[in-house]
Amino acid sequence: MDPAVLISGLKKRYGSLEAVKDVSLTLQSGEIFGLLGPNGAGKTTTIRCLCTLTSPDAGRVEVNGISVLDNPRLARQYLGYIAQEVSLDKVLTGRELLQLQADLYHIPPKVARDRIPQMIELLELTDWADQKTGTYSGGLKKRLDLALGLLHQPDVLVLDEPTVGLDIETRSVVWQFLRDLKAAGTTILITSHYLEEVDALADRVAIIDNGVVIAVGTPSELKDQIGGDRITLRIREFTPEAEAERAKTLLQALPCVQEVIVNGAQGNSLNLVVMAQADALMTVQHALKTADLPTFGIAQSRPSLDDVYLAATGRTLLDAEIAAAGNRDLKAERKQAMKGT
Amino acid sequence: MTTTASPNRFTAIDNAELREWKAEIAVQAPASPPGLFSRAFVQETAAMTRRLFIQLQRRPSTLFAGVIQPLMWLVLFGALFQNVPQGLFGDSQNYGQFLGAGIIVFTAFGGALNAGLPVMFDREFGFLNRFLVAPLASRYSIVVASALFIAAMSLVQTASIVAVSAFLGAGLPDPFGLALVALIVLTLVLGVTALSLGLSFALPGHIELIAVIFVTNLPLLFASTALVPLSFMPPWLQVVASLNPLSYAIEPIRYLYLHDDWGFGSVVMQAPFADVTLGGALGILVSFCGIALLLVQPLLRRRMA
Repeated sequence: MDPAVLISGLKKRYGSLEAVKDVSLTLQSGEIFGLLGPNGAGKTTTIRCLCTLTSPDAGRVEVNGISVLDNPRLARQYLGYIAQEVSLDKVLTGRELLQLQADLYHIPPKVARDRIPQMIELLELTDWADQKTGTYSGGLKKRLDLALGLLHQPDVLVLDEPTVGLDIETRSVVWQFLRDLKAAGTTILITSHYLEEVDALADRVAIIDNGVVIAVGTPSELKDQIGGDRITLRIREFTPEAEAERAKTLLQALPCVQEVIVNGAQGNSLNLVVMAQADALMTVQHALKTADLPTFGIAQSRPSLDDVYLAATGRTLLDAEIAAAGNRDLKAERKQAMKGT
Repeated sequence: MTTTASPNRFTAIDNAELREWKAEIAVQAPASPPGLFSRAFVQETAAMTRRLFIQLQRRPSTLFAGVIQPLMWLVLFGALFQNVPQGLFGDSQNYGQFLGAGIIVFTAFGGALNAGLPVMFDREFGFLNRFLVAPLASRYSIVVASALFIAAMSLVQTASIVAVSAFLGAGLPDPFGLALVALIVLTLVLGVTALSLGLSFALPGHIELIAVIFVTNLPLLFASTALVPLSFMPPWLQVVASLNPLSYAIEPIRYLYLHDDWGFGSVVMQAPFADVTLGGALGILVSFCGIALLLVQPLLRRRMA
């Protein structure tokens, strides 16, 4: 069986900017796949190529084994695309926009007659369906946007930064909805620069940086690859620096501890990297007790995707984001995106 | 919105009817793309056109302004030159009668020239992406939908100009003549709409599009026979005006107003290089429209077919 999405050797250049240098991805049917990376990493360009909004300079892009370059019309029928920014016609009502969408996908009128109310109910838009979208709140707009993207029942739903700018409640609604959608058999590709979003949702993740895929796997695999667990330790609520340094020296001597950092920004708490073994937490606690140091709080966790990102690129996602923000010419990018060539 | 999944929600996501229909088109699709005037093309064009009319219905000010503006031209500009000696404007009995044809064409042209603006805004707001990611039978549906909308607007405007002109004493062409006036207006509208949409795809943003509209609109009016006859112009302007497609819409309409005995062989304009017949002028208009449509094709395809 063909993979739901196959991207192979994708390249795309905008003038002197190499937005995508070499991206290859394979999405299995029915999975949620997360594309993680800082702004400007090439995520949006990759999905614009997939959704036929931009033609790639090189590479293969297929949906259900159908090339988006050779048979774009059929590929478009399989794809649903939900852009980062919700864009609605504010003069039309939600129902009218759904009807427009149905006709753009050539859904037969008698099918659309059932399908549109179904989607309105599914996304709980019933009270608003006949209001102009200009009156909608941000969360309502996103829900209508989802209804529009799903109306033709795409096999692959592509969402660009699905929860950027949404309130926390709407965000959890979208997350739950995507999980339901997956349970119903839809393949989902999301891009995000929120680690926790990808961690919570994605079955598999590709980390993309500077237009290149630098790691692919399940979140758990990626975390295992870099190894070690994380322990966050507070001696006191606000630990004096001298005491924190004393604890650091003490803990560094332990065989199961790989690294200790004193985090001055968080009341001199200690961040430890330890070997992933069951008794690491006990050992650390025991060592503190023996040295007569109190423990205010201690927590063990697996490495986060940010740690994975750090290990792969040598910088944290936040640093990359700040660096990218300085280098970007947003106006030029917008123009390029509009040109779409 | 509830956050728990109920069985009901899953059935809604997966619609059996829709799934069947999708399986059907997957079989049909590789065969041949649905062409122009296929059922799919009609469906998408009708939907896009319906959107434009809903917008108009909820924001009717453009229609009001669009009807009032040419009437003010007709009344005020007509009054400016009311006292010109008779005979200066060809066979027309008064300037108002002469001006009517020019205002009809200029109004339709102006409307069509602006057709690209809403599309440009759709592009800038990202709404156009909904059309571009959809499996449209042809992107000409975007052009045809705009043209249908502008054509309807232009016909309303034309009808009101014709009615007010008649009231001001310009008379009326015979019924076939009126039908021909409508046909001329529609041909011009289709061609200019296509060009304007082409610009809305080619230019970087609405500021540039407005600039182009701004520098095109009035010069094309002045360099046509809308306000004065060819014989009134210096020779170089006569040449320019005879190359202006608008003149080929204006002169036939003016002729239809003045002559009940018109035929396709009637000479409607004496250009510096040749006499132009009614049939010849129509031919030139249709060619202009065809060329305009061909010119925009690569722009529509630019974001992949």
